[in-house]
Amino acid sequence: MLSAAQVARIRNDFPVFDREVAGTPLAYLDSGATAQKPATVIDAEQDFYAQRNAAVHRGAHTLAVEATEAFEGARAAVAAFVGADPDELCWTKNATEALNVVAYGLANASAGLGGAEAARFALGPGDTIVVTEMEHHANLVPWQQLAARTGAGLRWIPLGEDGRLDLTDLDDIVDEHAKVLAFSHVSNVLGTINPVGALVERARRVGALTVLDACQSAPHLPLDLHGLGVDFAAFSGHKMLAPTGIGALYGRAELLAALPPVLTGGSMITTVTMEGAQFMAPPQRFEAGTQPVAQAVGFGAAVDYLRHIGMAAIADREEALAQRLVEGVARIPGVRLLGPADAADRIASVAVDVQGVHAHDVGQYLDAQGVAVRVGHHCAQPLHRRYGVTASTRASAYLYTTDEECERFLAALAEVRGFFGADS
Amino acid sequence: MSGLDQLYQQLILDHAKRRTGNMPLLGAAEPPVGASHQINPTCGDEITVEARRDPATGRLLVRWDGEGCSISMASASAMTELAEECDPEGFNALEARFHELMHSRGQAQPDEEALGDAAAFAGVSKFPARVKCALLAWMALKDAVYQIEGADRA
Ligand SMILES: Cc1ncc(COP(=O)(O)O)c(C=O)c1O
Repeated sequence: MLSAAQVARIRNDFPVFDREVAGTPLAYLDSGATAQKPATVIDAEQDFYAQRNAAVHRGAHTLAVEATEAFEGARAAVAAFVGADPDELCWTKNATEALNVVAYGLANASAGLGGAEAARFALGPGDTIVVTEMEHHANLVPWQQLAARTGAGLRWIPLGEDGRLDLTDLDDIVDEHAKVLAFSHVSNVLGTINPVGALVERARRVGALTVLDACQSAPHLPLDLHGLGVDFAAFSGHKMLAPTGIGALYGRAELLAALPPVLTGGSMITTVTMEGAQFMAPPQRFEAGTQPVAQAVGFGAAVDYLRHIGMAAIADREEALAQRLVEGVARIPGVRLLGPADAADRIASVAVDVQGVHAHDVGQYLDAQGVAVRVGHHCAQPLHRRYGVTASTRASAYLYTTDEECERFLAALAEVRGFFGADS
Repeated sequence: MSGLDQLYQQLILDHAKRRTGNMPLLGAAEPPVGASHQINPTCGDEITVEARRDPATGRLLVRWDGEGCSISMASASAMTELAEECDPEGFNALEARFHELMHSRGQAQPDEEALGDAAAFAGVSKFPARVKCALLAWMALKDAVYQIEGADRA
């Protein structure tokens, strides 16, 4: 686990923490939305432009070779970080795009594209796509669209009162009609870590593809995609110290080789005639057009930084932060925790409903104390509806979060109902 | 006054509790002439506003139902009190003033005479993220009034 001294040293690596908000040092508890960036990542991006900027995978000049090496080196680093082979990792703009590439790839297969190899991905009436009630809209709406396009049905695994998936009817929901089981590794609202093993096992038994939304796990937990045995996975660089504009789609080699591409055009073909085109092997097949090269290089620097600190140490530290936040929230009258009440199998992302005060007002009050949290539905409207609210207030921590920041959040949270007269 | 106190003036907090006009909607028995549902997509705030013109006085009768932050609920309440003093034309003029105030980024001096309690929302215009909250009910009523005027024109 990271000591207080280590956390202090880590903070020195992040220029933004020199900032003040509302006359006090910034307490940034919105890493679930996007993480802050260490100087090594900012420098890597800048250094790429200053020293090596060139088009990748073409041209024989020195800069082009160096740029390609940096780009592919970043791919290898990110792939190793999540337990994948480099050829199984395709760059995307973010997780949303990655999930759409799978959903629309399946739609293309259903329309007959990709030939016999892609037939395994075809869906139609009578098939089902299964998601969960806790999904971020990015892992829900593309599947609704796929269902509408193919005539397949959409089912979902419900949430229990305790903020965990209710697996009572799993075998019925994921039955032999299921073709896809798409679920998040960790909920971006509740912080719940889902039982990937049980879900993958059930999906395998019925021959359904598994699609893991790893947006909130890749930044916070040691991740081994091969070990988890999922078929596809998606994550965003910006939530794990990397720049915006870069994310990744992971697919098991055999599946990526058969999945029809969604974006087509330059940089992803072998031969083009006026009648048709042949595509490159993955990952290039899924990387049409000029890629966000400097951002990919920044992503490589981000995972190097995280690996250097150690994901196990980060996860342990965040478990302690989760415990502090969860216990602190439990002590505040009129504040309801959404999500697991114990620190086990959850990350340090804590969403609450403050009785009698709307989340927007809570967030505004906290901001006036220099505490930055996320308010709203966090792109998970069905989840909020499940718990009878339209919005919540979420504090989410990361490796640079201090105990003191959590205490500042808790202290301000305890004052909110008084300020708005909700306690009278 | 701190930024927070400028935003959450006592008058606003009072309106957020009082919620003038937050009553059962007029419903089918007394068909509303104008009705509008508005959503703030960033936070999921919602409001339905119904308006009718009193045939005797020509003034508006306003009802609303909604859920949202204190700014949006208080704004609906203050708006209702003002709008019920107005005919459709008067409301439109008021709405234009309020709209302008909300987009003033804290620069405009509100006309307290014309805007009444709604002048207290001047501080909201310094918080770009909250302007939408203050305008939600007004957008709905503007739409409902437009429908009333449309029915008149037809
Ligand atoms: C669980 C989860 N899935 C998907 C996303 C979408 O990520 P992005 O907006 O970077 O595509 C997020 C980010 O908010 C998330 O937390």
